[in-house]
Amino acid sequence: MQDAVSTVIAVEHRPERRPGGDRLRLIGRNLFPFVVVAVMWEAVAWAEVFPRRLFPRLEDVAVTFAQLTVSGILPHHAIETVIRLLSGFALAAVIGVTIGVLMGRSRRAEDIFLPLVSICAPIPGLAYAPLFLLWFGLGNVSAVLLVGFVSAFPVLFNSWTGVKAVKEIWLRSAQAMGADDRRLFSHVILPGALPYILTGLRLGLAQAWRILVAVEMLAAVPWGLGWLIFGAREFLNTDAMLAGIAVIAVIGVALEKFVFQKIENYTVVRWGMITS
Amino acid sequence: MTEQSQRTRSIVRAAITLTAAALLYELLARSGYFAQALLPTLPTIARTLFTMIADGTMIEHAGFTMYRVLFGFGLAIAVGIPLGILMARFQRVENFFLPLVSALMPIPSFSLVPLFMLWFGIGNLTTILIVFYAATFPMVFNTWSGVRSVNPLWLRAAGAMGADEQRLFWKVIIPGASPFIITGMRQAFLRAWIAVVGAEMIAASDWGLGWVIFDAKEFLNADIMLASLLVIGAIGYAFERLVFGSIERATVQRWGMVRMAKG
Repeated sequence: MQDAVSTVIAVEHRPERRPGGDRLRLIGRNLFPFVVVAVMWEAVAWAEVFPRRLFPRLEDVAVTFAQLTVSGILPHHAIETVIRLLSGFALAAVIGVTIGVLMGRSRRAEDIFLPLVSICAPIPGLAYAPLFLLWFGLGNVSAVLLVGFVSAFPVLFNSWTGVKAVKEIWLRSAQAMGADDRRLFSHVILPGALPYILTGLRLGLAQAWRILVAVEMLAAVPWGLGWLIFGAREFLNTDAMLAGIAVIAVIGVALEKFVFQKIENYTVVRWGMITS
Repeated sequence: MTEQSQRTRSIVRAAITLTAAALLYELLARSGYFAQALLPTLPTIARTLFTMIADGTMIEHAGFTMYRVLFGFGLAIAVGIPLGILMARFQRVENFFLPLVSALMPIPSFSLVPLFMLWFGIGNLTTILIVFYAATFPMVFNTWSGVRSVNPLWLRAAGAMGADEQRLFWKVIIPGASPFIITGMRQAFLRAWIAVVGAEMIAASDWGLGWVIFDAKEFLNADIMLASLLVIGAIGYAFERLVFGSIERATVQRWGMVRMAKG
């Protein structure tokens, strides 16, 4: 595991392989641009080019952030958002992988589903939002269903391609060695298609994350980061909005770094399907 | 022969699926279980779409949306490609911008809509900036990895044959990175198209396809919503297939680069 983590870092920053002081320098180098941006922000804020309500100083944002966190409001919003994200994404993963694998395996399923999917997929997910709101009402049901529906498409397309990309020769040799349908599926097709399926899941989760924030604004859910930002606008609480956006950024980075790169390292990289 | 019959069977099956889906929808709509206003019949949708196109409102909405999306997308290209190239060519630029780009990229563009509304008001400017924000990052990232992945052998070969910096850039690096850049443009447009619809819904102005859909919800005009959905899907599809398809054919396919892109 140590190995896997260090390869990820090595790929990203290409450091020279020397431990100790270089680590600090790496951290410093990554922090430097943020410091520059923060200083620029502060300069603009202190110059009062814009009213302070609209362009708060960073310390105002930090104070609001701390207050909202201590009083438990920000964590509550964040947890609701993450739950909604995960349930919508779980829906998408189950439906997308199932239909995608079916389409990859059977010509009949492909002919039936492909026209429907290729009509629905190019429409931007948010355009469905008002329709879902009319049909399923305001609130959680619409939000989760919409997130699931929208993020199912990349999962589906990638699972479909993945199953079709499994080498014919692997299938035939497994069959020649007497594998029945179930073993063929679980030992050849699924591992073979997994890099594609994982890519699909990754794209799907990113899509779900992007849509969810907007859906929360439109669907008037009682808690959620999107709602926090949208609600704060009404009261000109720019500092609360910026605090919410910061949390959104942190969750987004965490999803990418700690969920998907880990999964990839444990499965496809270990099986030698791709090199990281 | 079998390939041919296989294909006709696929087409027949596709037609059957679509008809079946349409019939099912029509049955549901006419069954009376759901209110007419929520689930309009297909002829109603077709009629609405036709009248809206005939009296020009739909075209005007689509025009406003296109203006915003193309403006923002153009800005994203103008900023994203040079920045990506600079990041790939100069270590210092990369050191500075890469952490910023990685931190900003996971922030969904919609989360900035309320903030931009406060700063820039409702209307074109906010929408264009949101589109710009959504489209820039895929552009930067793809250009950056494209320039970095240019085969070093080509660079050295061109250098050995006496190409100066400028010729190296235009004749080797740009064509070499072009498959990635075009992929970046594709992704950027897709994001821009999603962002424009969302931004129009939230930062409502008077025109735009996203606004029509959201506005129609208030009056329970599901037929207008579905008609606009069709238009949005059609424009997105047309761009993806016609515009980017032909750009790809005119550049990377002619230069024989595509095999490299698909690797």
